[in-house]
Amino acid sequence: MTGAEYMLIIAGMALVTYLPRMLPLVLLSDLELSPFWRRFLHFIPPAALTALTFPSIMTATESSAIALAGGLVALISAWFKVNLLLTVLAAISAVFALQLLIL
Amino acid sequence: MERSGQRSENYSRIISGIRVSLPVAVGYLPIAVTFGVLARSAGMPPASIIMMSVLVFAGASQFVAVNLLAGGAGVAGVIVTTFFVNLRHILLSATTSEKLKHENKGWLAVMAFGITDESFSLLSTDRRKRLPRTYVLGLITVPYLAWVGGTAAGAILGGQIPSLLESSMEIALYAMFIGLLYPEVSSAVPKLYVALLALFLSSLLHWLPGMELSEGWIITLVTLISALAGAALFNDQVGEEGDEDDGC
Repeated sequence: MTGAEYMLIIAGMALVTYLPRMLPLVLLSDLELSPFWRRFLHFIPPAALTALTFPSIMTATESSAIALAGGLVALISAWFKVNLLLTVLAAISAVFALQLLIL
Repeated sequence: MERSGQRSENYSRIISGIRVSLPVAVGYLPIAVTFGVLARSAGMPPASIIMMSVLVFAGASQFVAVNLLAGGAGVAGVIVTTFFVNLRHILLSATTSEKLKHENKGWLAVMAFGITDESFSLLSTDRRKRLPRTYVLGLITVPYLAWVGGTAAGAILGGQIPSLLESSMEIALYAMFIGLLYPEVSSAVPKLYVALLALFLSSLLHWLPGMELSEGWIITLVTLISALAGAALFNDQVGEEGDEDDGC
C-alpha cells in the first residue's frame, strides 16, 4: 500500500469517526427532547457501561479468571467509595500480582 | 479583578478535568503502545501510524483497521467498517449533549472530537446537570496525549514494555467502567434494572450459538435496547432524581 493510500484511509476514517461524534452534540444542542427520549438518554450510561464491560472484560488478560478477579477488586473498591484512580490502580495491582503468582 | 477571578476559575476547572481523566490516560497508554507495535508489524509506516492516532482517536476502530489492512483489505473496506464500528458514538454523543446544551456550536464541534467510550463514561455519570467546557477540555486532553504518545512510542520503539505489566494494565479501563457504573446503579433502582437487562442481553448475544455479531454491534444493540426498555418501563419517577444543578 502506498503513502497516498494510507493518507486516504486515515482521512476517511477520521471523517466517519468524527461525524457520529459531532452531529448529535451540535444538532441536539437547541432541540428540546420529549420526556420519553430524555428518559432514554438517562438510561444510556448504565446500559452502555454494562455492555462495554461484560463479557469483554474476560479478554483483558490471558486468563479470564484473573480478569474477572480484577473486575471484582474494582467492584469492591467502588462499594467502599474509593476514588476512581485508586480503584483502577488496585485492579491493575491485583491482576499483576495474580499473574505473577499463577502464570 | 472580575476578569482574573474568571480566569482562575477556568484554571481550576481545567485542573479538575485533568485530575478526573488520569485513570483514562493510565488505561490508554498500554493499549496505544500495543496499537503502535501491531500497526508497525502490519507494515504501516510510523508516520502514518501516528497520524492515524492524531486524527482518528478511536481505539476499537484503529485496531480493526490495522487487522483489515494486515489481511489485505482495500481503502473503501476499511473506511466502511470504521463507520459501523463507530456508530455507537451517536448514542454516547447524544447522551453527553444533555449536559453541554449551554455551549455554543463551535465549542461543541471541538469537544465532539474527544467523545470516546471513556470520556463519555466520565461525563455522563457526573452528578452535575451542566458541565463547563473548560472542565470538559481538561478531561479530554491528557488521555488524547497519552493515546498519541503511546502510539508513537509503540510505532517507533517496537515491543519493548514488559508483557506482564502491559497485560495487567489492560484491566484499567474495565476497572474504570465498573467504578463509574457502581454508583450509578446503587443510587437508582430503575438504572439497576436497566444494567441487569444489559448484562443479560450482552451475555446472550456473545454466547448464544449462531450469533455472529461483532463486538461493536453487540455494544450498540445492547445499549439501545436496554435504554429503550428503561424509558418505556419506568415512565414517571425518573428523569431528575439524583442530579444536582451546581454546574456553572
